[in-house]
Amino acid sequence: MTDASATQPNPSSQLRDIWNQFRTHKGALFGLITLGILILAVLIGPYLWVPEKLTVAEAIKLKNQGPSLRFPLGTDQLGRDMLSRMLLAGRVSLAVGLVAMVIAIVFGTFIGILAGYFRRLDGPLMRLTDMFLALPLIPLLLVMVMLFRDRIAGMIGPELGAFTLIVFAIGITSWMATARIVRGEVLTLKEREYVLAARSIGAKPNRIILRHILPNVVSPVMVAATLGVAEAIITESVLSFLGLGFPPDFPTWGRLLFDGLQYMQVYPERVVWPGLAISLTVLSVNYIGDGLRDALDPRIRGR
Amino acid sequence: MKLRAALMGAVAVLGIAPAAFAERGTDGEVKLTFPQAVSIMNPYLSGGTKDIYASSMVLEPLAGLDPNGVLIPKLVTEIPTLENGGISEDRTSITWKLLPDLKWSDGTPVTADDAVFTWQYCTHPEGGCSQATKYEGVASVEAVDPQTIKVTFNGPKANPYTAFVSALSPILQKKQFEACLGAAAPTCTDANNMPIGTGPFKVTGFTVNDTVTLAANENYRDPAKPAFATAVIKGGGDAEGSARAVMETGEFDYAWNTQIPPDTQASMLAAGKGQFVVAFGTLVERLETNTTDPDPALPEGERSTAKHPHPILSDIRVRTALSKAIDRSILVEVGYGAGGKPTCNVIPGPEGWASDNDGCIAQDMEGAKALLDEAGWKDSDGDGVRDKDGKKLKLLYQTTVNPIRQDFQALIKDWWTELGVEVELKAIDPGVFFGGDPGSPDTFQKFYADIEMYANNSESPDPESYLGQYQCKNAPTPETQWQGENINRFCNPEYDALYATMATTTDLAARQEIAKKLNDMVTKDSMIVIPLVHRGTLSAHSNTLGGVQINAWDSEMWNVADWFRVK
Amino acid sequence: MLTFTLRRLLLAIPTLLVISLVIFLLVDLAPGSPMAEIPLTVPPDVRQKMIEALGADQPVFVRYFLWLRQFFWVEPASLIDGWFGTTLAEGEQRILSWQSRSPVFTIIGQRLPQTLTVIGTAYLVGILIAVPIGIYSAYRQYSWFDQAGTLFAMIGFSVPTFFSGTLLIIVFAVWLGWFPTKYDTQLVVNDWASFVKQIKQMAMPVMTLGLANAAAISRYMRSSMLDNMGMDYVRTARAKGMSERTVVLKHVLRNSLIPVVTVIALGIPAIFGGAIITENLFGVNGIGAALIGAIHANDLPMVQTLAFIFAVLIVLFNLIADILYGLLDPRIRYD
Repeated sequence: MTDASATQPNPSSQLRDIWNQFRTHKGALFGLITLGILILAVLIGPYLWVPEKLTVAEAIKLKNQGPSLRFPLGTDQLGRDMLSRMLLAGRVSLAVGLVAMVIAIVFGTFIGILAGYFRRLDGPLMRLTDMFLALPLIPLLLVMVMLFRDRIAGMIGPELGAFTLIVFAIGITSWMATARIVRGEVLTLKEREYVLAARSIGAKPNRIILRHILPNVVSPVMVAATLGVAEAIITESVLSFLGLGFPPDFPTWGRLLFDGLQYMQVYPERVVWPGLAISLTVLSVNYIGDGLRDALDPRIRGR
Repeated sequence: MKLRAALMGAVAVLGIAPAAFAERGTDGEVKLTFPQAVSIMNPYLSGGTKDIYASSMVLEPLAGLDPNGVLIPKLVTEIPTLENGGISEDRTSITWKLLPDLKWSDGTPVTADDAVFTWQYCTHPEGGCSQATKYEGVASVEAVDPQTIKVTFNGPKANPYTAFVSALSPILQKKQFEACLGAAAPTCTDANNMPIGTGPFKVTGFTVNDTVTLAANENYRDPAKPAFATAVIKGGGDAEGSARAVMETGEFDYAWNTQIPPDTQASMLAAGKGQFVVAFGTLVERLETNTTDPDPALPEGERSTAKHPHPILSDIRVRTALSKAIDRSILVEVGYGAGGKPTCNVIPGPEGWASDNDGCIAQDMEGAKALLDEAGWKDSDGDGVRDKDGKKLKLLYQTTVNPIRQDFQALIKDWWTELGVEVELKAIDPGVFFGGDPGSPDTFQKFYADIEMYANNSESPDPESYLGQYQCKNAPTPETQWQGENINRFCNPEYDALYATMATTTDLAARQEIAKKLNDMVTKDSMIVIPLVHRGTLSAHSNTLGGVQINAWDSEMWNVADWFRVK
Repeated sequence: MLTFTLRRLLLAIPTLLVISLVIFLLVDLAPGSPMAEIPLTVPPDVRQKMIEALGADQPVFVRYFLWLRQFFWVEPASLIDGWFGTTLAEGEQRILSWQSRSPVFTIIGQRLPQTLTVIGTAYLVGILIAVPIGIYSAYRQYSWFDQAGTLFAMIGFSVPTFFSGTLLIIVFAVWLGWFPTKYDTQLVVNDWASFVKQIKQMAMPVMTLGLANAAAISRYMRSSMLDNMGMDYVRTARAKGMSERTVVLKHVLRNSLIPVVTVIALGIPAIFGGAIITENLFGVNGIGAALIGAIHANDLPMVQTLAFIFAVLIVLFNLIADILYGLLDPRIRYD
């Protein structure tokens, strides 16, 4: 996607500037490539690596194996191939992690900017934020699932329904920190000279926000986004743990990590693989965020 | 035989010897850990096993049960029987004789009035006593004299050993609880958390859902016991953490309920600091089949009710095939190791009560397939899923969130897929599943699924009340707010009639015969219930703790007075 | 600023009342019942009696107003009784937990000490580690120190506490045998030996939580410092010949603290809320463990009271954060 904008002639030279700057950032490239590989692996991996079909009795004899040619990542306590489970799990975890993060970040930034910029909205929006922060998470999720699971599943099928509900549930319960951080930044930004100057020449609020405020809150938002991916992947495993997530035979990284926990001493690789996958994802999102931040900063870009 | 008896005698002497020579309070502190923390020390206001076990170190019943399920006297001189005249000829009353000079831990004498009070306490209509079934059928409890307690029943009682028997029904001190009758019961925080008892220990400190500290009761009836001067029960964490604290780090002496995977058990044993002990009661992990239709298309109020029989599972051949396709020994190997055995019964013990039904142990995939073919379920379109009259053989299989249960679900799904059954799995938070909230669609009583898996057990060796749950009238329905124990909505007049005779049968052998027949009616004769694993309770104790005898019929701390430090 | 504070405090009252009602309705609506942890062997009619004895069968608004009365009148009154020996709350029903039948405030009182010591220390340790790391990482952006810090932070928050905690237990308790795995809440610190014991039992939970907290805060600190490093005023300050130390620690740091203050203000109520997984893992049995236990047992009075106190702290600390914004950046005005 970003590649396309680089190779094709782009009408907006600013976007190209950003990409050029981004490209020179080694960490950002590493992050982009790693994340790309991960996404590619989970998308096409399950078609390339098809585990052999074993009956239960055969599989049980092969349980808890270490890595080998036959099972590159070993097998689990039921003799299932870990590699294929990791690949399948990655689909869900990456999708949930990235989508839920985007929802939380977009919503949080939106609320934060509104509250910070428009004094009249500040009170009501921040009190709403306080309320969401104060609501006990587990009962909230239980109620949401009880009210909506069957309805959504009826509309778009059980698996897509579970995905929508989980992404929505995670998104709606994790935007508050972003909102408060963005608001805090906006409160100081809007008193800065260049914003005052823009306002004095009669610039409209939406233009001021887009041109002057938004680019300057990018860096805390990027940090929140990095944290958000990790949090979403882990929260998904907590949801499954409460029976609110995907059906129990649907692996996710968070769940594999959790399931491997009780075997940690005997078969440590069981927790290493999912842990590594989550860490890699978060690390690459972080570096992409770093690169974007630098690329968006005109002072750095000029150097 | 002789040699074995001699050996056992030697073992018994070895086991008891150090304790017998010990004096009270010479062995320091014994530390116990429970994965669920203790909430309250009054078993009548709780019901949680953790609370009952903890309080059993302090409060005692008149009689308890030993590891074989045999009654043993605790606060009484002997177990009343028909022969010794303790039970009246017509079986309408039972008379208990208290031990002489019995004292509460505060030094005041224990009298028959305390037992009478305990009965009044638990049967008060506003008290919400969780052990009320223990006093069901009791017409009155009276103090004949300060040492004699007479329990009179409403009619002839086949099993008169319910009231004041086992850790579920201990004696409370009248003086302490007098002001706590009925609605006032929950307000007596001090009494509920630090009850005065007759047991080997007394409570010295209580923090809710965290720690109970205890000290030897100086007024305990055996002057040489307990060997430990103090005891601590630390709660919280999980089964693995508790097991680790005993087996690997040696911080604790005893961990109750350490259900962990067999592989992890083995690696913990290898640390050489402790032992796992297992006791088999009647806990059976089972699949319950729904005999009614849970189709979401049905109007609310008719879904999963007897109005609509189940389109697939009403056929006994399908249920039998589902059972035959399962290899129970693999389930045991994966989930429980030494803590489980394959079973085909809902009443797997004790001996004498269990039916000799073991026809389901060997897996028979071919037989299962043949049965489905015979029932008309054939894979006509070649997609691997059987169908009949255009309807797919598809089942929704639900259970609670629990790693072992999810492994079971995965395995059973594989077998059933091989059989040609499409399976959708669902795991529900145990608090919701067992909560019984009529507003939630996910309770086990509502059973909005085709198959569900959980474990259940009889709380006493005599399974009469346990078997009562399969009567027609106990089916959960919208009219009863979905309360009821007959989860399968099983309804067989023959079963109900046979069950009715059990209540009036007093001869032990005849009762056992009836119980076996009832067990067979819900298992092998109908396959309404598909039992999987007879589960034991797995606990761990340190190698330096002696005298532990795990008990499935009473509190695991039933003989805590005999525990000692191995030196 | 004073009128702003007063106005916000006054506004907090209706806000909190609304929040308390929403929490109450939410917890009440959640599936599950206080009988969830009662064994199946207890028959339905007995369960019904037990629910009636708890008062859980009353209509929801009756229970809500009872709770309001208990929280705002009975509990303060009984606190005053406890201090001065008066009898204001005599005969009044305090808020009782459904699960344990003990007064909720007694339980909170029993648990607050370990939550504040363990979680509070972890938070403090987290801040103390994170702020210098964040400052230095930004000052020497892309140095090896910064890269190592990034890696440390990424691992810190991509590894959930249930994993890092278990790892610490295996290494430090099982293999090395240095620390106990179960926190002894009854330990009284009165001499050197017991102090050492306390430090030992706090070590692992503090490490687990400190790592997670430090990771997040250090990232915010770093990014915010970076934003300010390139500002004109920094160049001006340097041009004026100020020492690097003054430039970085006085000018840049002060201007970079706003997001960090927000994050810390969001985190402090969380100290009271405890850390559910860590507390459970190490047997700290503080407020977090109480809350999760109460949620699982559907112990409405306990959940409601804890969640409400939590809400009060959130509102309060967000107000404090707003006041701090004004102090850090005098240009921010609220009136």
